[in-house]
Amino acid sequence: MTTTTSSPSPGLFDGPEPEDWRRYFGFSLDHKVIGIQYLVTSFFFYLVGGVLAGMIRTELTTPISDFLSREAYNEVLTLHGTIMIFLWIVPVVNGAFGNYLVPFYVGARDMAFPRLNAIAFWLIPPAGVMLITSYFIGGASQSGWTAYPPLSLTTPAAGQLVWIFSVILLGGSSILGGINFIATILKLRRPGLKLMELPMYCWAMLGTSILVVLSTPVLAGTLILLAFDIVAHTGFFNPGQGGNVVVYQHLFWFYSHPAVYIMVLPAFGLVSEILPVHSRKPLFGYTTMVYSILAIVFLGLIVWAHHMFTSGTPPWMRLFFTIATSFIAVPTGIKFFNWLATLWGGRIALNSAMLFACAFIVNFVLGGITGVALAQVPFDIHVHDTYFVVAHFHYIVYGGTVFVIFSSIYHWYPKFTGKMLDERLGLLHFALTFIGFNLCFGPQHWLGINGMPRRVAEYDPQFTLLNQISSVGALLMALSTLPFLYNVIASYFKGKVAGDNPWRALTSEWLTSSPPPVENWHGPAPHVRHPYGYGAEPQP
Amino acid sequence: MTTLPSISTELQEPSAAVEHEEHGDFRLFGLVLFLVADGMTFAGLFAAYLTFRAVNPLPTGGIYELELLLPTINTVLLVLSSFTFHRSAKLLRAENSSGCRLWLMITVALGVAFLVSQMREYFTLPFGLTSNLYASTFYVLTGFHGLHVSLGVMLMLIVWWQARQGGSITSHQHFGLEAAELYWHFVDGIWVVLFGIIYLL
Repeated sequence: MTTTTSSPSPGLFDGPEPEDWRRYFGFSLDHKVIGIQYLVTSFFFYLVGGVLAGMIRTELTTPISDFLSREAYNEVLTLHGTIMIFLWIVPVVNGAFGNYLVPFYVGARDMAFPRLNAIAFWLIPPAGVMLITSYFIGGASQSGWTAYPPLSLTTPAAGQLVWIFSVILLGGSSILGGINFIATILKLRRPGLKLMELPMYCWAMLGTSILVVLSTPVLAGTLILLAFDIVAHTGFFNPGQGGNVVVYQHLFWFYSHPAVYIMVLPAFGLVSEILPVHSRKPLFGYTTMVYSILAIVFLGLIVWAHHMFTSGTPPWMRLFFTIATSFIAVPTGIKFFNWLATLWGGRIALNSAMLFACAFIVNFVLGGITGVALAQVPFDIHVHDTYFVVAHFHYIVYGGTVFVIFSSIYHWYPKFTGKMLDERLGLLHFALTFIGFNLCFGPQHWLGINGMPRRVAEYDPQFTLLNQISSVGALLMALSTLPFLYNVIASYFKGKVAGDNPWRALTSEWLTSSPPPVENWHGPAPHVRHPYGYGAEPQP
Repeated sequence: MTTLPSISTELQEPSAAVEHEEHGDFRLFGLVLFLVADGMTFAGLFAAYLTFRAVNPLPTGGIYELELLLPTINTVLLVLSSFTFHRSAKLLRAENSSGCRLWLMITVALGVAFLVSQMREYFTLPFGLTSNLYASTFYVLTGFHGLHVSLGVMLMLIVWWQARQGGSITSHQHFGLEAAELYWHFVDGIWVVLFGIIYLL
């Protein structure tokens, strides 16, 4: 092995950066630092969104509006949805893990555009702060995260405009990130590394980034039109002025349905990395996994109007979108069975990372089944805008993605910090989260089928008991955050030293020190031909 | 740490090219992706406009009449400017820096002429931004495109200045010029579609 080209590359970084904790607070260009910045920032917003969720569940313990006024309830649910989607899930599964892992997986020292990467991150804190402060100054948006007109045109304008501006900033950040991921994965691969040798998370990020680049700009354009309606009193979406509200819904869902895949595809990728490591088996059906992701990307772009079956959509449109939506169950089902086959016969280590990953499979299949049910027009019209939709959505986004995020934190924390997390606290965190989650969102299926509408601070007294059970579940989920927070902070200072590769994993982020050096590897970039080649290792 | 059988740590051959910052092709690729995203913004707005046209009739008494002469001249100006820009870039590669700057300035002049005549159209139209749905769509779509043209003109002036200084734009190093050219062709293409659906349809 010769070492002629392993010298530090000049020009990639703008001179020496501080090596200690201070670099996490500055405009760093290192993809690993930016990844951690994303992770910590979005976790802060997760806590804020969690407090808001707690306020919602507290209000809903009684049928009358007593804890919050009706307007405050509307502001809280709008902020909860917006923060959890745009400031927690999307930045954490794309920005945080994507930035940290993708350059490792493609055998690069950084992302394709490091400066653009840093700019994309630094758009997020001001947008988030603006959104939250709007609650205290003049009142936040009250029209839900969908901001449907005419509701968004009749509620107080100031909060709505802050909301529009924040979401456009966050969308811009997301687009810059997506461009960077596509360029990194397609153009920055280590010479000789083939696309079909990449770990599955790269494919997931490629698919996600294609969705981001194609659909997020449409949302930005739509929100600009909405802002014109509010500020300049044009009538794009105002029927009183000859406008058309359904056009807003079409354009909004052209982004916001793919947004579900922007939130869940990276989670698919992450779980595909975690399951093989902890069951010591190759990922089952690599090729079918890749084509499933691409199929989901394509189908994800042509199913948006299944959110609009009650918006006067013509029958042919309902038929098309029902069929296209049902088709998504096929590639998703392929992935689901491939994960089960990966586990089958493996030497499974049921640690915290694996428990969260397996719980993801369970929760996700429940959310997936209700998703196929919701795609059927007769059923959808019955449960439209009820708690059934809330339950379905949270089974996908919390039971799916957030479980994978926690699994990933347990899996990659040793790499991020060089320390192991405490397993007993991890088990406690898992038990509280899993029980709390199912207790919170399980009963909402019944509430929805029986007709409890969502986004209303008051409800019929017959729904009291199930709502109180749901609120107890939410309390358990809130409590579950405590052992987790204690674990990540305490383990950083006095956790067991992890070593380079505590899980004996094969992907290239583990073939370097923990935490990795600035240029990722001490020597040349390794060429990992078989990221899931676990059959090849000697049996103990 | 034991070496696992499936991993080979071969030398990264053209690592100088991979790790060095000056890889213009990446940046151009990134710009293409950005233009795809920007194009989708326009696509969304066009889709909204076309749906309005199909579903929402013009209210009785509403005025939505566009003259064709000025916009047609505008279209010719903009299409012409794509060719002048292309010529400018070709001259730079042929090491003719002053010729490159001259044709760049001609392109700037065409871009500015477009903007001036667009402004003239705005001030002579019989309807305003909030007159009716179509008036609003007209102003927002052409205005959003006009912003793109203005940005393109600014980019050209920056590139022109850099070429005059001779520092960062030379016959060997011309990412800035290529990027501005690609962007300009994109803005042109968008205008042709916009002209078709707003003025001709």
